[in-house]
Amino acid sequence: MSILVNTDTKLLVQGVGNFGRFHADRSVAYGTNLVGAVHPSRAGQTEIFEGETDHSGVPGRPDTYHVEAPIFYTVREAVEATGANATVIFVPGPFAGDAIMEAADAEIPLIICITEGIAIMDMVRVKRYLAGKPTRLIGPNCPGVITPHECRIGIMPGYIHKAGRVGVVSRSGTLTYEAVHQLTQNGLGQTTAVGIGGDPVNGTNFVDVLKMFNDDPATEGVVMIGEIGGTAEEEAAAWIKANMKKPVAGFIAGTTAPPGKRMGHAGAIISGGKGTAADKMAALTDAGVVIAPTPTDMGAAMMEAMKKREVA
Amino acid sequence: MKIHEYQAKELMKARGIAVPEGQVARTVEEAVAAVRPLVEGSGNPVVVLKSQIHAGGRGKGRFKEHPEVAGVSVITDGIRGGVRATEERVRELAKLMLGSTLETVQTGPEGKQVNRLYLEAGVDIERELYVSVVLDRETGRNVMIASTEGGVEIEEVAEHTPEKILREPIDPLTGLANFQAARLAHGLGLTGDALKNGVRFLKALAQTAEELDADLLEINPLVVTKQGQVMALDGKMSFDNNALFRHKNITEMRDPSEEDPAEIEAGNFGLSFIKLDGTIGCLVNGAGLAMATMDIIKHEGGEPANFLDVGGGATTENVTAAFKIITKDPNVRGIFVNIFGGIMKCDTIANGVVEAVQQVGLEVPLVVRLEGTNVDLGKQIISGAGIPGVVSADDMRDGAQKIVELAR
Repeated sequence: MSILVNTDTKLLVQGVGNFGRFHADRSVAYGTNLVGAVHPSRAGQTEIFEGETDHSGVPGRPDTYHVEAPIFYTVREAVEATGANATVIFVPGPFAGDAIMEAADAEIPLIICITEGIAIMDMVRVKRYLAGKPTRLIGPNCPGVITPHECRIGIMPGYIHKAGRVGVVSRSGTLTYEAVHQLTQNGLGQTTAVGIGGDPVNGTNFVDVLKMFNDDPATEGVVMIGEIGGTAEEEAAAWIKANMKKPVAGFIAGTTAPPGKRMGHAGAIISGGKGTAADKMAALTDAGVVIAPTPTDMGAAMMEAMKKREVA
Repeated sequence: MKIHEYQAKELMKARGIAVPEGQVARTVEEAVAAVRPLVEGSGNPVVVLKSQIHAGGRGKGRFKEHPEVAGVSVITDGIRGGVRATEERVRELAKLMLGSTLETVQTGPEGKQVNRLYLEAGVDIERELYVSVVLDRETGRNVMIASTEGGVEIEEVAEHTPEKILREPIDPLTGLANFQAARLAHGLGLTGDALKNGVRFLKALAQTAEELDADLLEINPLVVTKQGQVMALDGKMSFDNNALFRHKNITEMRDPSEEDPAEIEAGNFGLSFIKLDGTIGCLVNGAGLAMATMDIIKHEGGEPANFLDVGGGATTENVTAAFKIITKDPNVRGIFVNIFGGIMKCDTIANGVVEAVQQVGLEVPLVVRLEGTNVDLGKQIISGAGIPGVVSADDMRDGAQKIVELAR
C-alpha cells in the first residue's frame, strides 16, 4: 500500500518544454504510466519517450522503453481520450496557476505542480478556485510524489528510493532526497514520499498528508521535514498530538537563518511571533516527535522513534 | 522588492487612495523649489521633510554626521515667517541630510545613505490609526489588519493589547466586501464623513494590494484629519518578485542603492543569495538544503558566509557566477558545494565548478559533496579536471566536518 500514487496512476504531463520533457522521460523510464501530454502549441503531435529502462523503478520490465504520448490542446480533451487520473505541471510560473485551474476544471483528482515562481496572488486565486472541488493539488514549487517501484511523478532522482515502511512529507525538495536516501540506507525504505512545496500558499499541507499516512496500513512511521516561516509545522504538531497513531521523526531547517530576511514586517502579527525553528521544534517535541539534530540524522531519528513505539 | 515611501504614495494616489500632497527631491535646489507649490496648494504653512530610505524607524533615526538632525523633520517656521522662512529651513536641513548617513533601529549601526528627500504638505491630524494588508498563510488569503493604535510598532500592539487588532480576511473572488470595510471603519471609531471616507479608503487599499501583487502594504499611521479626511501619512509597500513580470512600472522603481551588490548580481543569474558574516561559503541546490547546510556547518563548529541556492534551472554559467560571487567575499576561507541533484543535474554543477575554478582560480579549500541525478558523471568531471585542493565528501556531515577543519 501507499498513498496518492501507485501502478493504477495514469499520468498526463502539462508542459513538455526541455525541463518538462526531461523529467517526464525520467518518469517513463521509471515505469510510470504516462498516457498523454498537454502543450497547446504542439497539439496533434506525438511526444516520443525512449531509452534505457530505469530498473530502480517498476520491476519486471524489458531493458528499453518506447512510449508514444499524444499531445493535446486542452486538458479536458486529454482526459477524455486517455482516462488520465493524475497530471504533473511543468508550465512556467506566469501560466502555471491557469494550468492548475484547467486541470481542476477537467476534474482530474490529483494535480502535482512542480513549477517554481508562481505569483502569490495567482495561488490565492487558485486555492479559492479549488475550494469545494474534488481535486487534490500537491505543490507548487515541490519535487512531486513517488511510491517506490510503482510510480514516480516529478523531479526526484528515482534510484535513491526503495519500497518500505516509512512515509516522507516535506516542504523542501532536496531535504526530501536526503531523508529518502537515509531511509534507503538504513533499510526502512519508503511507502510514499510527498513534497508539499516551499511556497507560502500551497494545495496540500502537512496535516493532509499526515492523515493519509495515518490511514495507510503499510506506513509504520513518518518523517516530516519543515522549515522556518509560517505555522504549518505547529499545526501539524497539534494534529499529531491529538490523532497520530504512528511514530513521527522530524527535522526543521533554518536554525541559523538570520531573522527578518524575507519575513514581512506585519507578517509577524499573523503568526503571533511564531515561525522560528526553535518554536517549531518545541511544538513537535511536545507532540512526541523525535527531532533530528542535523539533516544527516533523519533516518536515525526515524529508527529511534519507531523503537520507542516498539514497531522497529 | 521594496520601494520608497514617495513611490508607494505615487502608486496609491494614482489609485484613488488619499495621501498628502508631496514632491520628491534629489538635490537641495529641488527641495527648496518644492516648498512654494506645496504650501500654496495645501493652504497649510507646515511642511514635512522626510528621508527616503527603505528601512523603517526614520522618524526617530539620527544622521551620523549630524546627530542633531532627525530622519524626518516637521518644519513649522512658515507659520510665522511665511514661505520664505520655510524655504530657508528646508535649504539648511536638506544640505545636512542629502548624502549623509541615517541610522535607525532597522538600518543597523552602519546606517544608510540618504539620496532622496520627500517634501510633504502638513496635515491637521485628529487621530492616528493603523492598517495593513498581508498574506495569511494559514488561510491562503490576504487579510486586512487595522488598529486604533497608529504610529507605534504593530508587533507591540499585537503582543500587549491583541484585542485592539481588527482583522478581515479578503476573499479573492469578491475583494474586501463593503460590509467588511464598514465593520473595520466602525471598529476604528470613525463617524460621519470620516466613516464614509474610511470605507472608501480601505476598499481601495485592499484592491491595490491585490492588483499590484503587493506582499506587504502597510499604512502607519493612517490619519483622520480635523476636516474628516482619511489619508495615508506613511506608506510601506513591497512586492512579490514572482509577479513583477506583469508590473513594468513597479519594476522601474527598484533602487539598487538599497540592495546588497552581491545579492543583485546573484539575482541577475537567478540565484538566491543572502550574505552572512561567517567564513565558509556555501553553494547548494534547494532552499531547504541550503538552510540545512548552514545549520550543519554551525553544528560542526563553523560559521556560514552565505546562503546560496542555485535553484533548479541553473546552467553551468549560473553555477560559475555563483562560485565567483562566493569567492569575492574576502571573509571566505573555504567553500562547501553541497548538491543533491533532482532538477539540478550533478554534471551541470560539476562543469560550473570546474569552469569557475579555471576562470578565477581557487585560493581556499573546496569540499564537494554530490548526490542524485547524474552523480557519477558529476564526480568524474570533478576528478577528471584535476583541480588541486578539492576534497570530495561522502555525505553532508562528512562534508561539513571536512570544510570546517580545512577552513580553520
